[in-house]
Amino acid sequence: MAGRGLDRTNDFAFKIGTVNGTGSASANGLIMQSIFRMGIPVSGKNIFPSNIQGLPTWYEIRVSRDAHTARTPHFDLVVTLNPASEQRDIAEVQPGGYVVHDSSWPLEEDRRRDDVTFLGVPMGQMCVEAFEGARERILMRNILYVGILTALLDIETDVVKGLLREMFEHKPKLLDSNYLAVKMGYDYAKEHFDCPLPLRLARMDANADCVLMDGNTAAALGCVYAGATVAAWYPITPATSLMDRFTAFCERYRKDPESGKNLFCVLQAEDELAAIGMVLGATWAGARAFTPTSGPGISLMSEFIGFGYYAEIPAVIFDVQRTGPSTGMPTRTQQCDLLLCAYASHGDTKHILLFPKDPNECFEMAVTAFDLAERFQTPVFVLSDLDIGMNDWACRRLEWDDAYVHDRGKVLSAEEIRSLDAFYRYVDPDGDGIAARTLPGVDPKGAYFTRGSGHTRLGRYTEDASEYLEVVDRIARKIEGSVRNLPEPEVVERRGARVGIVALGSSDGAVREAIESLAEQGVPLDYMRIRAFPFHESVDRFLAEHELVFVVEQNRDAQLRSLLSLETGANRRLVSVRYYGGQPLSAHHVLEGVLPELERRAVDGEGAGERGAREAGRDTAAPEDAGASSSRVGAG
Amino acid sequence: MVQHITKPTIRHPGMRRNALGLTRRDYEGSMSTLCAGCGHDSITSAIIQAFFELDIPPHRAAKLSGIGCSSKTPTYFLGESHGFNAVHGRMPAIASGASAANRDLIYIGVSGDGDSLSIGLGQLCHAIRRNVNLLYVLENNGVYGLTKGQFSASADVGTKSKRGVENRQRPIDPVLLALSIGASFVARSFSGDKAQLVPILKAGLRHKGFALVDVISPCVTFNDHESSTKSYVHTREHYREVVGADFVPPAEEITAEYAAGATEGIRMHDGSLVRFHKVEKDYDPTDREAVYAYVSELQNEGEVVTGLLFIEESTEDMHDGLGTVDTPLVELPIDRLVPGSGELAALMRQFR
Repeated sequence: MAGRGLDRTNDFAFKIGTVNGTGSASANGLIMQSIFRMGIPVSGKNIFPSNIQGLPTWYEIRVSRDAHTARTPHFDLVVTLNPASEQRDIAEVQPGGYVVHDSSWPLEEDRRRDDVTFLGVPMGQMCVEAFEGARERILMRNILYVGILTALLDIETDVVKGLLREMFEHKPKLLDSNYLAVKMGYDYAKEHFDCPLPLRLARMDANADCVLMDGNTAAALGCVYAGATVAAWYPITPATSLMDRFTAFCERYRKDPESGKNLFCVLQAEDELAAIGMVLGATWAGARAFTPTSGPGISLMSEFIGFGYYAEIPAVIFDVQRTGPSTGMPTRTQQCDLLLCAYASHGDTKHILLFPKDPNECFEMAVTAFDLAERFQTPVFVLSDLDIGMNDWACRRLEWDDAYVHDRGKVLSAEEIRSLDAFYRYVDPDGDGIAARTLPGVDPKGAYFTRGSGHTRLGRYTEDASEYLEVVDRIARKIEGSVRNLPEPEVVERRGARVGIVALGSSDGAVREAIESLAEQGVPLDYMRIRAFPFHESVDRFLAEHELVFVVEQNRDAQLRSLLSLETGANRRLVSVRYYGGQPLSAHHVLEGVLPELERRAVDGEGAGERGAREAGRDTAAPEDAGASSSRVGAG
Repeated sequence: MVQHITKPTIRHPGMRRNALGLTRRDYEGSMSTLCAGCGHDSITSAIIQAFFELDIPPHRAAKLSGIGCSSKTPTYFLGESHGFNAVHGRMPAIASGASAANRDLIYIGVSGDGDSLSIGLGQLCHAIRRNVNLLYVLENNGVYGLTKGQFSASADVGTKSKRGVENRQRPIDPVLLALSIGASFVARSFSGDKAQLVPILKAGLRHKGFALVDVISPCVTFNDHESSTKSYVHTREHYREVVGADFVPPAEEITAEYAAGATEGIRMHDGSLVRFHKVEKDYDPTDREAVYAYVSELQNEGEVVTGLLFIEESTEDMHDGLGTVDTPLVELPIDRLVPGSGELAALMRQFR
């Protein structure tokens, strides 16, 4: 990590270990937002259990003046407030780092380390003395550590106070106790410790065009701005907040001023099978509709997804990916549904996928997804993940162009229907593979029968080979033809690079940081971030133009590499780098996959490495990550 | 192989026309490809009659179904309506979504006992809970026809398949099920009794909310034999109409002549009237508990209880519960739905 051991201003990471359900989320958010308002690049990762109350939970904050916002497991400071995780928390601090702990009770001797500094504050005791009632004492202990960190890290007190004022604008009593708790922590630290620590903050101006937002909120806003009116879902972590936010935004922006009634419909279905059915019913009737879900939901929706593909009905599906297989780890992240979504459902199917890298792209791609779904009359997936969806990201501010024209696709108006001799649903008049559709209720001449059974271009039932082939082959052409309307890959080239690296989605930050680090070591790499499937032709070119391409992804089975192999035929050059322990990807995961392979190739001589790379199948153990002892990174 | 048979459009000048100037033919679809004598074809005919008599413009209706013999039938009626043949057991989800998007269309769903009571049981129950505005016709024959004669969940204990296998599992009765989970309109009829079925279908179409009409519809190929309790013979022998219903549209109310014995009426939300003539003394089609007890008792005696058994017009439908605007959502122009750049810029300040 750049600058380690030298100037650590605005370049360190710390984590706070608490008990789930004790209200630490607002304290952690307060710290995060304060640093953001100081204009410093910052990222926060909420590492939480699938639990309502009682289990250990962590909040990790990284500040980086170089704007590296990927997760790092190298913590310079921990605040440990949970006896259940204290031992682990202390063990995770980097040598030379700091441990802030509650000294209301003695620290067990076997937990002491000589190579870190212990900063004890009798937080529990102070809160018992200052506050009434168990609940308030627990809550205020969280705010107390905000005060301690404000002193230790040199967070601007005016910023903290300003945020508290905004939070408790209408609750003066709470404001008073929060002020008090912050002051108590701040004063104690100032009095007892050498503040600020060498790990300190100093105001920058890096966030002027940024907002602090999670991807589910941004995606929900995208749905509002896309004009979606029907939303159907079944609650599932980590997608639930997307629908919560959509509903909240609709309550704000989608009320009929005259009647006070809703210009939207949110349906909580009995399961995901019904949720996707509701979406298809609504889009078939002419509304824009979507469902947010995660991997288990996609498994259940698969039958209807194939129906939507074959009967050519638009749908937008947000898959906020979590760790699989099966129930997996619902509160941990992965990119494990790539293959599932690309070919979801039985029979020959292929779907359009979009891969946002951050909340800003969640917003933009949500809008794009509805346009694509209606243009190509097919289900479109937005593949986010838990890291993007539920963590707060400092990302580019969302913007809307009022001149934007939503693409509603080929939907015939009553006049257009009447001007036809006859309407047939699956006839392709323009040669682009896209047939015009009609909506129910518009004109009797536009009536047709939607079915998932074999049908002719006229929309009639068939078991005839040539009639069947005519329709399925046109659909294949249609999906292939969608490529030029999909978001293009993003490419960052470096002079002299002969090796490439390909990634998608939330891997972006870690990959960029790794590439920078490699460049500093004299290893230039070209980078392509894929933003959609089916792949743009520039993906083929990128793979062909590099003698070796690392494919970085967050799943065990190298799903992106498989997709690239299947769809481009470039598998000879592809070397997989994977991390799938459930934490957000870190730069070191990438480096540990890339460096040994490059070194080995240098020793073996070029050419030999190509075969070796594919056959190596090595998995090297990664440093222990919090909460993922079995996490591994592999190149193979 | 012919799978789609277009009916010739012959219109006899003397054919009766409805208020829209349409004949019954205008409500028909393509030719049925079901077995000759199938109960489902009689139900199709009753559906055509009901839509014709209610003067519904065909394109303002949408017909939905799942998978199975019964679910094929929407092709055979309302040729000028949009149709949707969903996946197995999932028609209620399609109906819910379509109704969410366009609340002004008239939705008819056709399903079978396999589609509704096995693979789609959950969807049926939740559509009832949601009270989505849909006439749900359950064409009930006790067997899976397309897969050649397996028992369905509505098969009675002791009934024997054509091959002589006896069903030992207790049936799920859609009428009792619907009553127990709060359905607002529950009826049972018989494909062989069009005089009873047509008014029930009309009332179901005008009912605001979910209307379940279970229609015993014998399968002539797999379940019309002697040991079947869903055969024509068995149904006719045990058929018991406990309450009759006439449907009276608002405009005709003053001049209509009611059947003798008609004693009371239920006012529908659109002003039309359902007149009941009680075959059974003291039968009250608005008392859920009493109806449940009564139907349950007679069924235990082997009777096939029919009629518009229960109706509750005052319940909230899906849109009432959700507070949706009266205008169908599909008719809202997109500029009414997009808050604009100024709102987004203002909102962004809250994420600083």
